Amino acid sequence: MTAVIETESLKKTYGKHEAVRGLNLCVEAGSVCAFLGQNGAGKSSTIKMLLGMIHPTSGTGRVLGHRIDKERESLLIRQNVAFVAEDKRLYDYMTVAQIVRFTKSFFPGWKRDLEQRLLAQFELPLDRKVRQLSKGMRTKLTLLLGFARGCELLILDEPTEGLDPVAIEDVLQIVVSLAAQGTTVFFSSHQIAEVEQVADHVLMIDRGQLVLDAPMDQVKEEYRHIHAVFPEPVEERDLRLPGVEKVQTEGRTVSLTASHNVDSIVAHVRMLRARSVDVLPVSLKEIFLEKVRARG
Amino acid sequence: MFRKPNPSSGVPIYVQLKEQVRHAIETGALCAGDQLPGIRSLAETLVINPNTVIKVYRELEQEGLLEIRHGLGAFILSRHRRAKTEGMRDAQQLVRELVETLKDEGLDEGAIRRLFEAELAGELQRR
Repeated sequence: MTAVIETESLKKTYGKHEAVRGLNLCVEAGSVCAFLGQNGAGKSSTIKMLLGMIHPTSGTGRVLGHRIDKERESLLIRQNVAFVAEDKRLYDYMTVAQIVRFTKSFFPGWKRDLEQRLLAQFELPLDRKVRQLSKGMRTKLTLLLGFARGCELLILDEPTEGLDPVAIEDVLQIVVSLAAQGTTVFFSSHQIAEVEQVADHVLMIDRGQLVLDAPMDQVKEEYRHIHAVFPEPVEERDLRLPGVEKVQTEGRTVSLTASHNVDSIVAHVRMLRARSVDVLPVSLKEIFLEKVRARG
Repeated sequence: MFRKPNPSSGVPIYVQLKEQVRHAIETGALCAGDQLPGIRSLAETLVINPNTVIKVYRELEQEGLLEIRHGLGAFILSRHRRAKTEGMRDAQQLVRELVETLKDEGLDEGAIRRLFEAELAGELQRR
């Protein structure tokens, strides 16, 4: 597998504020990788560094093999990556038809079929000025301009922000369709449901640091809650085993969150004479909340 | 034919989809020779990751439920062929266990191979 995005100890500080604190990312070709984090976790700063729009304070990275911290190379990145920014900036004085024609002229790989399909599907009024579009329509237009560029890497910053559920499903459908045709998709989001639906890899960022980096199926198969009831109260330190991410004890009841090694943990809990042991699946939302709160 | 999997359940989407295909075969909704939807079209219909569909088809192929014909698509195998692949899998398991036992007895790979070959050759002569 080749990496289309790689970073090494990537850092960004604004004055005293450390927005990104030593990120090591790796996104493999052909994947749909979700970049999950709260508002202000460092997602947008990271994306802007990947595209050479802001300069890293330290550390480096490569996108499609080009260095993100070298002016000339980052220009190649911006030419070869389709990017939809969070702020959905557009030329307000153009009409929808004009901005589509204008954008198209820069990209030889422009997908005309997709452009036509999306104009119809998103019900975008060709003659209307961009300035007069609703927030949802603006988002749809920006996505169309990104999707139709025909690039091998698509980076989306909060693509479904402000869209209604029908439009969100449309957008996700285009994402999977492009992925099926070989496009790598890297998208930031705090919408856990959509991440679970289409991503095959999850990167979770909190306060500028990576707190989870795993294939989605592995997260679903290996993360478990283990509830155990003991005849006597137990010490938390008896339960610090490999794979245990979190321990909560309440008298004789213990609840553990495990990221792997569940079988041995259960065996150990039984050995400590637990009266009942329940193993339950954990949703990505619960993992997210725990990762974020654990550090709070 | 297939329902959208529930992404928020603790069960991975590929496991849910695999169950759906198995169920469709058991109920007869899918019969031997039937073609499954293409990877891209199924990913688009269910709005799930195409790699998930690939994983499901590959695993079902390994389990002997379907066959992937390159460039053509995925097809349900007949019960007869399924039984045959299952039989082969059982046989492979037997061989694996036997080889392990012999290794435990202290025989090396070369010796085991020679024993197998001698046995097969003897079988041929006896016929």
